[in-house]
Amino acid sequence: MKFRIYRYNPDTDTAPYMQDFELSLEAGDAMLLDALMLLRQQDDSIGFRKSCREGVCGSDAMNINGRNGLACVTSLSSLKQPIELRPLPGLPVIRDLIVDMTQFFKQYHSIKPYLVNNDPPPETERLQSPKDRLELDGLYECILCGCCSTACPSFWWNPDKFVGPAGLLQAYRFIADTRDQDTAARLDNLEDPYRLFRCHTIMNCVDVCPKELNPTEAIGKIKDMMVKRTV
Amino acid sequence: MVNRIVTGAHYGLRDWLAQRFTAVVMAVYAVFIVVYLLLQPSFGYDTWIGLFSGNIMRTFSLLFLLTLFYHAWIGVRDIVMDYVKPASIRLLIHVLVILALVLYVIWSVQILWGL
Repeated sequence: MKFRIYRYNPDTDTAPYMQDFELSLEAGDAMLLDALMLLRQQDDSIGFRKSCREGVCGSDAMNINGRNGLACVTSLSSLKQPIELRPLPGLPVIRDLIVDMTQFFKQYHSIKPYLVNNDPPPETERLQSPKDRLELDGLYECILCGCCSTACPSFWWNPDKFVGPAGLLQAYRFIADTRDQDTAARLDNLEDPYRLFRCHTIMNCVDVCPKELNPTEAIGKIKDMMVKRTV
Repeated sequence: MVNRIVTGAHYGLRDWLAQRFTAVVMAVYAVFIVVYLLLQPSFGYDTWIGLFSGNIMRTFSLLFLLTLFYHAWIGVRDIVMDYVKPASIRLLIHVLVILALVLYVIWSVQILWGL
């Protein structure tokens, strides 16, 4: 199997370059992360993040043959060779396939990703009807891997001002939550030409999401709520 | 002035909504023009002049052009916001675009009413 991997070590390299690797491995049922682990036995300087290795932690997001995805849930047999691996686009590279996600998480934190409820907490839990709970499906599953936001041209151009698909999906997750009491402030926080309305419905986010979530639909629902409270 | 990233202009919804509605107006007008011209037995300078001789057609054409300019303003402003980083240059381009569009409105009235 042939691989082309983006290499950059700021301590020793003046510029990033692509390095070719070869691995004697039958694709079979193996995932891309398995191959990366074997490649690291060949060359232990290859830098990439991984943790749970089963699509739950969101650590090993990278650009695989030009498309963002999680190495651990991308099967090798689905990839054309040479398999070209690059870091997630649009974020500063720390080393090889490892990017600095500070900007991404700054935007995530800016939407207050927690339940705001000023009532005294009840004995057990704050209950929701099954129907209200259903509204959170397709929202809470996000693992914050960053595949969507770093595939979004609007996020590339304005990562400091546009919240990005991942952040906006989570914003709607709390706007849609009937236990949350901060809806008006949440909408105020997003009613801004940059923070929400940089989304031009390009839908790269929907295309790449490894959890098959739909940030564009969530953004549409936020706009719907803004229309409803304005007109 | 400190160099901090600031957001929170608290507008955006109105423009986004306006862009949708102006698009609908433009689509209706465009469909009308195409269908009208296809239904004419012969098509020439006389057909064109005949279509625009009435005040109703002129008024709706002006409405179409106004929605087009407003739609274009939002679109061009979005592009400038995406790609032009220094705020001063962005403001200058915004002003120039607004001035051009106002001139286009005056020009449109002149053309439609043959002033």
